[in-house]
Amino acid sequence: MADIKKIIAARTAKEIKDGDVVNLGIGLPTMVADYLPKGVDIVLQSENGIMGMGSAAEKGQEDVDIINAGAQYVSTKPGAMFFDSAVSFGIIRGGHVDATILGALEVDRYGNIANWIVPGKMVPGMGGAMDLVVGAKKVIVAMQHTQKGAHKILRECRLPLTAVNVVDMIITEMGVMEITKDGILLTEIHPDYTVEQVREATEADLIIHDDLKIMDVE
Amino acid sequence: MAKIISMDEAVSLVKEGMSVMVGGFVACGTPPGLIDGLAEKNVKNLTIITNDAAKPGLGVGKLQDNGQIKKFIGSFIGQNLSIGEQWQAGTLEVELYPQGSFVEKIRCAGYGLGGILTPTGVGTKMAEGKQEITVNGKRYLLETPLSADIALIRAEKADRFGNLTYKHSARNFNTAMVTAAKTTIVEVDEIVDQIEPDQVVTPGVFVKYIVLAKGGK
Repeated sequence: MADIKKIIAARTAKEIKDGDVVNLGIGLPTMVADYLPKGVDIVLQSENGIMGMGSAAEKGQEDVDIINAGAQYVSTKPGAMFFDSAVSFGIIRGGHVDATILGALEVDRYGNIANWIVPGKMVPGMGGAMDLVVGAKKVIVAMQHTQKGAHKILRECRLPLTAVNVVDMIITEMGVMEITKDGILLTEIHPDYTVEQVREATEADLIIHDDLKIMDVE
Repeated sequence: MAKIISMDEAVSLVKEGMSVMVGGFVACGTPPGLIDGLAEKNVKNLTIITNDAAKPGLGVGKLQDNGQIKKFIGSFIGQNLSIGEQWQAGTLEVELYPQGSFVEKIRCAGYGLGGILTPTGVGTKMAEGKQEITVNGKRYLLETPLSADIALIRAEKADRFGNLTYKHSARNFNTAMVTAAKTTIVEVDEIVDQIEPDQVVTPGVFVKYIVLAKGGK
């Protein structure tokens, strides 16, 4: 499990360019910051009102008034600033965030995403997710390929949607996929898996790239 | 000019059945003394308008622990599972909005606007019952103003004119909520004679009452 998360985080980190403004979701996406290639310095935006957020606060340095969206105590980097939620979501909705990386319950071939409610079971709410996927320039879903074997990459989402036609890319432990107008294109595959195995773990039809590459997770 | 009152006086302004905005993001920026006072007085049937339900024993979670919330309006229930359970059982009302829409609805109420148009939520359940408006070929949802009887705000400093400054990421929803309720109470760590005009974040015109937090000066 830990290895799977590491693979996903390490590969996702390679999608980020030096200087990008990035918003990371809670959980696995937060790990992406630990795998950034050397020389890639990013500006982390936190929806609760921070630009230039640093890593988790060191022991003894925690400040109850500096938290991330997951309510963990964090640090700030040089150039950081605080702002209110209207400004924060102006930055998010207004297209000023280069990339948002988040998890999902379901994604489909149209780039639709569902990650805020399982009716009758789990009702956490959407928080900032709906605004993030609508507003960010690039939306990357970083998640495990299946939920204990159950398909998550679908022909069409069945859960209530977070947003329509917004996902650009899906990165899992099995490979890297891009959402295209023709469907989901597998561009990279992890060396531990065959194309057939990826197909079986995916409900949506996969288009296999002519030049399918081995996923770089170093 | 803002009036400085005691914590007891402040808490007694919140009456049963009122709609109450509470600033904060998982209790960061939530006024701790006012929430503790409300929990202690056990004021019931409140409509709580706040971003998230924090968690049991923390922030507005304390009001939920006490069964004081009749309706929750926000963007995230998260770890406060009893709200979700009671919502599904039909014993507690819940209204959820995307976080960016939630803050804009509040800002609209305080700024005299009839609503905002947002692309967030188009094509989802959020669009149900809402007007969709197309501007320059792009689809938007109309989100209408959200106001309250009273707003409970956390700030770092107030001056005797009610001008406010905030600390770090504790600013979040406070700057919008302070504008959008009939009565606003701000809990601060420090009351000073005058804040430098350039440093003021919230103009005192929005502030009705100020209370000093426990341990404040």
